[in-house]
Amino acid sequence: MTTLDLARVSDGLVSTALAVFALALVVYAVDAALARTRGVRARELVSPSGRAHPEVRPQVQATPGIGSLTRSGALLTLLGTAVVCLAVLARGLAAGRAPWGNMYEFGLTGSAAVAVAFLLYQRGRPVGRLSAWMVAAVLVLLGVSVTSLYTPVDDLVPVLNSRWLVVHVAAAITAGALFTVGALATVAHLVLQGRGRSRDDDHFAELAHTVHLVAFPIWTFAVIAGAVWAENAWGRYWGWDPKETWAFITWVFYAAHLHALSTAAWRRRAGYLAIAGFLAFLFNFFGVNLWIPGLHSYAGV
Amino acid sequence: MRTAIVLLVLLALTAVPGSVLPQRGVASDPAAVANFAREHPDLAPWLDRLSLFNVYSAPWFAAVYVLLLVSMTGCVVPRCAQLWHDYRSEPPPAPRRLSREVGHRHGRVESAEKALGAAADHLRAKRFRVSVTSHEVRAEKGRLRELGNLGFHLSLLVLLFGVAGGKLLGYEGRVALVEGVTFANVSSSYDALSPGPWADLPGLEPLELTLDDFQAEFETEGARFGEPRAFEAAVSYSSIDEGDGSFTIRPNQPLDIDGTKFFLTGHGYAPELTVRDGNGDIASSGPTIFLPVDPAFTSDGVIKAPDARPTSLALQGLFLPTAVEGTDGKDVSAFPDQVNPVVQFTAYTGDLGLDDGSTQSVFALDFTDLEQVRRGDGTPWRASLAPGQTVRLPDGLGSVTFDGLSRFANFQIARDPGKEVSLLAAILLMVGLTASLAVPRRRTWVRVNDDGTIELAARSLSRRPVPLDELDELATRIGLSPADAGARKEET
Ligand code: HEM
Repeated sequence: MTTLDLARVSDGLVSTALAVFALALVVYAVDAALARTRGVRARELVSPSGRAHPEVRPQVQATPGIGSLTRSGALLTLLGTAVVCLAVLARGLAAGRAPWGNMYEFGLTGSAAVAVAFLLYQRGRPVGRLSAWMVAAVLVLLGVSVTSLYTPVDDLVPVLNSRWLVVHVAAAITAGALFTVGALATVAHLVLQGRGRSRDDDHFAELAHTVHLVAFPIWTFAVIAGAVWAENAWGRYWGWDPKETWAFITWVFYAAHLHALSTAAWRRRAGYLAIAGFLAFLFNFFGVNLWIPGLHSYAGV
Repeated sequence: MRTAIVLLVLLALTAVPGSVLPQRGVASDPAAVANFAREHPDLAPWLDRLSLFNVYSAPWFAAVYVLLLVSMTGCVVPRCAQLWHDYRSEPPPAPRRLSREVGHRHGRVESAEKALGAAADHLRAKRFRVSVTSHEVRAEKGRLRELGNLGFHLSLLVLLFGVAGGKLLGYEGRVALVEGVTFANVSSSYDALSPGPWADLPGLEPLELTLDDFQAEFETEGARFGEPRAFEAAVSYSSIDEGDGSFTIRPNQPLDIDGTKFFLTGHGYAPELTVRDGNGDIASSGPTIFLPVDPAFTSDGVIKAPDARPTSLALQGLFLPTAVEGTDGKDVSAFPDQVNPVVQFTAYTGDLGLDDGSTQSVFALDFTDLEQVRRGDGTPWRASLAPGQTVRLPDGLGSVTFDGLSRFANFQIARDPGKEVSLLAAILLMVGLTASLAVPRRRTWVRVNDDGTIELAARSLSRRPVPLDELDELATRIGLSPADAGARKEET
């Protein structure tokens, strides 16, 4: 197969993955709607007698439905993940290098990484509706990449042509994927907390914590690798370039989040700091690349 | 730790304005602050007074991170003492109600004494710290976590030390070299030099560097037509410490001569023009650096010939590496490589202002005392030359020859004596952080009760859960049955 064919295969796989994830989302949505009507009926049944079991409601929230709809949603998600991984592979083969040399490729590889990270972490955990939100997040990221960031396969500009690109960006994408899973779980936790249905340590908080504990050192490593690369390319390891600055801001927010978890007075608010960290991360990817000029501007839209 | 959280949030927030407003000394565009000041003449002085154009060296930014580091030291030193104390004391006795702890197992074994012995051996083999009394085994593991945590926090101090060392003792400079030109490493050779306050400028590393050849390659097809693909600067150097040598500097491949590093940061064209005056004498010759202004390397440059006779001459030039006719009839450059090189220029006579002592850019003309050379009909005189061509100026002012084309390369030259310390700090930081987040610190107890039953349980001293497999293994070893998976779920 020629490079061009492979690139076309990759594009085709991306479209397929979009379709599969979209279908998964529809299935999850139908499932949720049915579950809600079931839930309403159940409540109507118990409330007149006033003997609703106090445990029931959190139970409904927490346990993943085991209906066939939920299962097909999960299968579709798995399929979509496999397809998007193949798309990343084909793109890498077509380009003859690691498939993360421009913004489209960050978005594509990032979507695959988010999906894989989520599947790895959700195993054996009751994550319920979170799957649907994860699929939605992947769908948005992949959709934005295809529609607004797409670039055909091409060689790298000389500054990017470095083995540090492989290390530094791979670490950043991995950490970013984990941050995304962590942010979804954190939002779920905060929503439950807001409805007064959660202890401090529900399983969403636990999932978020596990993910963040792995993500934080990887992000730290990504920043350090970036500094080593910058020293090699520009003659200084830290220059407060906007990209570096926002990587630092992300890091500091997550450090604050980890401290807040270990501080009784702040534990309930810790989630907001993680969300702030995630927003800084997102801004670094989209905002800084698109709006703020800097040395990293060649990332290629 | 509450102070730490507040200060960390503050640190994140105070770092934001520097990424939005133009900053002095941030490399991407040296003129950004001046341009911003021109566009916002009312706002700029106020922002400047608040140090908002140099956020990262601003007193308020420094205040936040210094406070943070002070607060951290205040936190971490007592923890060091605590760690030392823990290190020397035995693991504490089991809590009275072991059943409230994690992974509690309860049952009978054949010989309680043997079981305790087996438990102690097993836990020691698993690198727990163990102490044994007549009726219980007390064990603890995971101090590496505390050590890692301390190492991580202290590494931040080391990092600050490294960064500050580099800023104070190091320097950064820039120089543009035309092919064939030699650079001698003394401060007057630099086009720009920003030394740290304690940098030893008279003691710069004695060395010389010559740009022998510069090559550039560009994409010739597809959507990214004209994008750079490869740059190579072949240089030779001679230094007292490292001797003579040659090297190819590329992006991501700097030349390091005993700690003084040369980075390739840009390049452009230097047309070789010979200017003869009205008497036919050479008034100026050799390559002149033209600064690129767009991705197709359309470049601007000036040539000054103050000694030309009968009158001083100046040329304002535009260089096009691949000239094609543009839509409005004017030539433009279509590709960054030299396919159809053309120099276009206009000419001026008069006082170049070189003798009055004020410093002048070599890339711009001071037009105050200059008069444009015109044709007979009064329109400005212009010329356009391909390599090898010569053109005569009107009125016997002289002639200009385009002899050929050289390239120049921009080098960033830097010496940072703190960077090894910073790298060491970064490695310490990574190792410490990983240990502190990955190692669970836990205590495990095995106790024989008066009724002859035996029980065991564990407690986590960190936010990481106790690894339950470990307890299963211990239980099996002393003859208690491991809890089944169902029971385990409830315990966590
Ligand atoms: C300079 C900025 C700081 C950064 C980047 C930082 C970062 C971190 C990180 C990533 C952890 C690991 C969190 C975890 O174990 O879950 C941690 C733990 C800790 N930090 Fe900091 N820290 C900083 C400053 C401070 C300060 C000022 C203090 C004291 C007031 C402090 C006290 C602690 C303590 C006691 C822990 C252990 C928490 C635990 O055992 O869960 N840190 N820090």
